[in-house]
Amino acid sequence: MQILQVDGLSHSFGERDVLRNLSLSIAAGESVALLGANGSGKSTLLRLVAGLLTPTAGQIALVGSAAAAGRPEVGIVFQESRLLPWRTVLRNVTLPLELAGESLSSARATAEAALKRVGAGGLLDRNPAEISGGERGRVALARALVRRPSLLLLDEPFAALDAITRARLDDELPELVAGAATLLVTHDVAEALLVADRVLVLGSDGAIQLEVPGLRGQPATGRRAALLSPDGAARQTRLYAALDSVSHA
Amino acid sequence: MRRLSQLTPLAVAALLLSAWEVAVRIFAVPQFILPAPSVIAVRFAEAWADGTMLRHLVPTVTEVTIGGLLGGALGLLIGVTLGLSGSARRVVSPYLVAAQSTPILALGPVLVLWLGPGLAAKVAVCALITLFPVAISTLVAVRDVDAGTLELMRSLGATRWQSLRYARLPAARSGILAGARVAATLAVVGAIVGEWLGGTAGLGVLLNLARGSLFDTPLLFADLLQIAIVGVSAYALVLLFERVSSKKIA
Ligand SMILES: Nc1ncnc2c1ncn2[C@@H]1O[C@H](COP(=O)(O)OP(=O)(O)OP(=O)(O)O)[C@@H](O)[C@H]1O
Ligand SMILES: [Mg+2]
Repeated sequence: MQILQVDGLSHSFGERDVLRNLSLSIAAGESVALLGANGSGKSTLLRLVAGLLTPTAGQIALVGSAAAAGRPEVGIVFQESRLLPWRTVLRNVTLPLELAGESLSSARATAEAALKRVGAGGLLDRNPAEISGGERGRVALARALVRRPSLLLLDEPFAALDAITRARLDDELPELVAGAATLLVTHDVAEALLVADRVLVLGSDGAIQLEVPGLRGQPATGRRAALLSPDGAARQTRLYAALDSVSHA
Repeated sequence: MRRLSQLTPLAVAALLLSAWEVAVRIFAVPQFILPAPSVIAVRFAEAWADGTMLRHLVPTVTEVTIGGLLGGALGLLIGVTLGLSGSARRVVSPYLVAAQSTPILALGPVLVLWLGPGLAAKVAVCALITLFPVAISTLVAVRDVDAGTLELMRSLGATRWQSLRYARLPAARSGILAGARVAATLAVVGAIVGEWLGGTAGLGVLLNLARGSLFDTPLLFADLLQIAIVGVSAYALVLLFERVSSKKIA
């Protein structure tokens, strides 16, 4: 079953065409990584899918119906964690449920479970200002997961993290997302291959330019080794070459 | 270190008061020009003992409370509305700025003319003088909430009202309260000036009485002390509300 089906999508900001006739689809539970140069339109694509922008042309179907802001089938993690500083960690994660009219006590139980799953179960009563960047990333992920979305949009969620924290989250990500399909924007070719079933490159023409299979299907322990195998290295080389042509276009 | 910084303001006050006391005695300043702090303290206690102070305090506190709350609530409403709506802001804010730079107190005589010398005119002066700082600080704070936070709220399916309640107001809280602090002390000024324009009781009326018919300068100063206490209390109440509300917001 397709969770996301994008057809002939175009978007312009005034005179500036960002996406042009882009098509892509993501199946249930599938993980797709999106690479592309700065300003190529990756965040714009996520905003369109999340219904935060209205496309100039084209269709976006999410679980069969048109994209719209706030649909519970979609969870989004922005590059900055965007936690509300006046709420505790737990209350940041209950927020989506409170907005949906759920009682605080049942929202608490759900949020606690989500925080435990992303490894932030010990932070419940802390303030966002008192936790590390990696912990904030986990909390933002828990907030995006708490409505049990079938599609998770991740916009460079780990960009601000140190290499070790980031590697750990990359390894855990397939388990953390709990079966949701994911569309991950990243600038890191190795990260893209590690966490995704398919890696896409957004070209300078505003459409998908290249698709390379990722390594997510491999068992967790073998993934990093596969990255360095001749086949993994070849995939990395193709992606780097595509990115290189994009950024010189 | 901490204890020292808490003691310093008290020490400075003690020093200034002693200097005042000593200077008045050395230069033998006449009491009707500048009474010594000790004389003022005694007169202050007397005025409380014989009921004068309380009789004049009650109307002033009433005016400040009603007028301040009324003006604060209206200011909040206007500020939130203008903070949310760019088109309303473009139409109304020039008038808001113009009104803010008009001395509201000069409207006092007009208000007394319209509303009579009773409570209503004084409440109106208090309300008008508190309204503008609260409205403007609220407008700015509500308008300037981080765009990323608002986008997050939209992504979570928040309605406009929920965005206001869960994101804009909490984010704007400290900005709004900064306006409220200014407004609290202005409300006291408004009440005193309103009372000068007419009336039979109030700390402003007492100022006139002490200076004029009674010719009681120590009472005049005791009254000033009382007014200062009311002003500081109003300010402290806003601070208290700030503390309490910071634990309550969500
Ligand atoms: N709200 C907006 N108004 C006008 N132009 C915009 C807006 N948002 C993005 N753009 C422009 O659209 C283009 C694509 O932006 P987008 O943020 O999608 O890029 P990106 O691929 O996410 O880049 P990065 O890797 O730097 O995050 C950029 O040229 C940007 O300047
Ligand atoms: Mg981006």
